[in-house]
Amino acid sequence: MSAVLRVSALGKRYGELDALRDVSFHADAGELIAVVGPNGAGKTTLLSIIVGIQTPSTGTVDAAPDGVSAAARRHVGRRVGWAPQAPALYSKLSVAENLELFARLEGVADPRAAVARMLEQTGLAARASEPVGRLSGGNRQRVNVALGLIGDPPVLALDEPSASLDPSQRERLWEFVGARVAAGTTVVFSTHNVSEAQRYADRVLVLAEGRLLFDGAPQALLAQGGEPAGGDLERALVLFLDARTPASSAAEGAP
Amino acid sequence: MRWLLRKDLLILGRSRLLLALLIVYPVAIALLIGLAISRSPSRPRVAIVDETPPGETVKVGDQRVLVSQYARQLFDKVQAVDVPTRAQAVAKVDSGEVLAAVVIPPDIAARVASDTEAAQLEVLYNGNALEQSLVQSTLDSALAQANLGFSAQIQQAAGSVIGSLLSGGNLGSIGAPENLIGLTQIPPTLAGVIARQPPGRDRTQLERIDAFAGFAAQNLSLARRVLSIIGQPIRVNSMLLHGRRTPLNTFAVVVAVSLSLMLVCVLLAAGGVALEREEHALSRLLRGLVTRETLLVEKTLLAAGCAFVIAFAMLAGISAFVALDWGRVGQWLAALALGAIAFGALGVAIGALAREVRAASLLAFLLSLPLAFLALVPAGSVSGGFYDAIAAISFAFPFKAALQALDAAVNGASPSIGLALVHLAVLSAVFGALARVGLRSVE
Repeated sequence: MSAVLRVSALGKRYGELDALRDVSFHADAGELIAVVGPNGAGKTTLLSIIVGIQTPSTGTVDAAPDGVSAAARRHVGRRVGWAPQAPALYSKLSVAENLELFARLEGVADPRAAVARMLEQTGLAARASEPVGRLSGGNRQRVNVALGLIGDPPVLALDEPSASLDPSQRERLWEFVGARVAAGTTVVFSTHNVSEAQRYADRVLVLAEGRLLFDGAPQALLAQGGEPAGGDLERALVLFLDARTPASSAAEGAP
Repeated sequence: MRWLLRKDLLILGRSRLLLALLIVYPVAIALLIGLAISRSPSRPRVAIVDETPPGETVKVGDQRVLVSQYARQLFDKVQAVDVPTRAQAVAKVDSGEVLAAVVIPPDIAARVASDTEAAQLEVLYNGNALEQSLVQSTLDSALAQANLGFSAQIQQAAGSVIGSLLSGGNLGSIGAPENLIGLTQIPPTLAGVIARQPPGRDRTQLERIDAFAGFAAQNLSLARRVLSIIGQPIRVNSMLLHGRRTPLNTFAVVVAVSLSLMLVCVLLAAGGVALEREEHALSRLLRGLVTRETLLVEKTLLAAGCAFVIAFAMLAGISAFVALDWGRVGQWLAALALGAIAFGALGVAIGALAREVRAASLLAFLLSLPLAFLALVPAGSVSGGFYDAIAAISFAFPFKAALQALDAAVNGASPSIGLALVHLAVLSAVFGALARVGLRSVE
């Protein structure tokens, strides 16, 4: 399988702070990758650089398939869909108007058809003309994710997609995302909900203090944390991090 | 850009309260300011109590003026309310029905005629400090005019008497001898008499009288000229060096329209940019879908377009009440367009820096109103250093330049519209660059 996203030696400095240090990984088509780690680990910074909102201090992000020209490779934003943690939607516009606006800005060949397809996939066709401001949090998040997918990008980045959703809304969201992954879209999402990563992700990236400490299947992380197969990934992650970042663990445990 | 514009127009159209506030509020404020400036109470209501006997005249020289007629002329600067008694006048002042009362005493004619006592009017004030100041300055001005009028008539009478003394004739005063010989006629008359006198004491006396008469005639002639100078020692000869004088009411229109243009434009542009951040849409847009420059230009054009339409509609509407020269409409449009773009650039800079709609709106108001106030402070009304500081601040923001451009466009006032338009273009570029810096950070 060929990689659709290559992150190489990525670094980001904010003054004296190293938010990311030498992060490298790749993602294949149709993979669902969870990025986990404690607060301040660099998860949002990593996704912001992947989607083109921020520029890296060092390293590169390549979301173009092999053979694409250098000029085309610079338009990372159009190759990676983006759904930020806080839904980026115009609350006065309807669901369909939001989708159509971004379809046109993305340069989608047939915007109306793309809107109709996305409404069907999100299950929001009946509420297409409703202002987004009147939707529930779960539906807003679905529209938020749909906007990230309206240009039919090969890669979709989701920042804490289920943070403000109740369990049933979460379930519906992951059904929708799962369908896209099954259709070949690569999804990279950050989350604090490790059980969500265990349940849905093919791979887990563990970030701490800007470093990529682990890149592998959830089962491998369980083993690294000393948990049995089918055990608690959250507990395994804590043990894993305690073993590798003793200084921060001691600081967090200090009174 | 057109899809962004379409989106913003849709959002604006659905924010009806905001739309109404953005349009109605500045237009209402601008019209109120315009009316306040152009229709200030220049003729305050003043009660006039004329206690002089009916038909009483004031004698000035050989002329007689009816006191009541003189009072009408005297108070043509006020809205006079005739009141029969002082007590009734006091009651009207107390009740606020009139701002002041002027009592013309019954002995005013006698005092004027006495030549030794100045005639006095009694003025009663009420109201707040502003009203007192207004009516006091109006009455002071009216009395100064009246005194000047009296002075002119006294000059005329005195000049007539001096003329009779110089040239001879009748003085017109009761008891004065008729067919007087004039001082200027004495030397030639005496010359014949002196020539017939033998040298001696009588001839010497006549020669002294002749010399005095010649000297007196010369000096009385000088006195007549001095009298005219004393009556009005300083005359004003005013000259406008550049441009055309702007009538106050059309300047008020220009102020009102400029203020409206600024408020609509700055508020819309600032709110538009800040809304993108508040809706978290900025990060989605600026990651390759739209450039920062395109976004800023779109917001500026949207705000400038709305403000331009409102301001032009205001000018067109006001032209129904105030005579405006439609032959200069091309210059109006240029001034409004450049002014709107400069205000739009200021607005997007505020929006980019303020980051949220409420803060942006508040900042836009807090900045706009003092800028308008400072731009209207006239030179000489504050100390030199302070005025220089005000001028520097006004130069750095678009209101004064927009005001000058519109004043030049509507009234043909100086400085020329070209300079003001260049100034606005430079300010647009500066604030546009500032907005670009403000948008450097997306989140």
